[in-house]
Amino acid sequence: MNYIKYLLIGTLFGFVLTKSEVISWFRIQEMFRFQDFHMYGVIGSAILVGMISIQIIKRFNMKDIDGTPISIPPKDASQKKRYIIGGTLFGIGWALTGACPAPLFALLGSGITVFLVPILAALAGTWVYGAVRESLPH
Amino acid sequence: MFEWLTQPWPWYVAGPIIGLIIPLLLFLGNKQFGVSSSLRHTCAACFPGNISFFKYDWKEEGLWNMILVLGVLVGGFLGGYVFKNPEPIALSASTIADLRGLGITDFSGFVPPEIFSWGGLGSLQGIIVMVIGGFLVGFGARYAGGCTSGHAISGISNLQLASLIAVIGFFVGGLVVTHLVFPLIF
Repeated sequence: MNYIKYLLIGTLFGFVLTKSEVISWFRIQEMFRFQDFHMYGVIGSAILVGMISIQIIKRFNMKDIDGTPISIPPKDASQKKRYIIGGTLFGIGWALTGACPAPLFALLGSGITVFLVPILAALAGTWVYGAVRESLPH
Repeated sequence: MFEWLTQPWPWYVAGPIIGLIIPLLLFLGNKQFGVSSSLRHTCAACFPGNISFFKYDWKEEGLWNMILVLGVLVGGFLGGYVFKNPEPIALSASTIADLRGLGITDFSGFVPPEIFSWGGLGSLQGIIVMVIGGFLVGFGARYAGGCTSGHAISGISNLQLASLIAVIGFFVGGLVVTHLVFPLIF
């Protein structure tokens, strides 16, 4: 029962990604070719709203619905290589498939069944990372 | 009255709603917005092997995230199937011209059917785009510790240097593929 809220938030997210065409391989190409503002507008305005929300939550030490103080752990910036190398590899995958993880699932939901293949491949990539991570530079 | 359900949404509607998911998850569950961790939780749940990275209580840590992703699939079904936009995407003319130059002719859906089809898996292009591309999405997201939602949106919203570096990496990789790799494989 507790989890229904996550299902609803996920549904909202998937619906918005689909309606704004963020899940489209064509839109991602348009973005990486700097030929339209659309994708930059979506990502930029999402960041702006997120940033204002987080600042307000922190400033007023707000609590969640259970009364627990909201905690936002920082990302570890002492490691740099993992963000540079991992980020670049992710970007290669993003441009090839035209989809980051959430759009992969939204595309499958929209009825393009072949997106099962990149989803399974992404699971394989995650698994291989887990298997070899100790020998990778971070 | 319900045209907005099938019509595409402009960035200034979609972006702020996506941004509001961050406080929504914080208020309703003290959870950080992110999607790619669900792939790790799925590995931990289904095939952990003998790998320490997959040995943790995935239900406790990750079930909420897997359910969020299940919701994304439902949202894609509603937005892309039930309330499908019958019109092709209004892409910029220069993008259409560039992609025509790469041999893409069908712009009617979300993705080019020449590449993204079950038959496409028989071609080198299809393998590179769907299998290698998908693999790198999973591998790179975990290596970098997050994807577009966790780093570009959540992380930068929280002014994290790590996320800014990761997102610069996302763009370096994406630009290389778009401008150097695609002309070779298409």
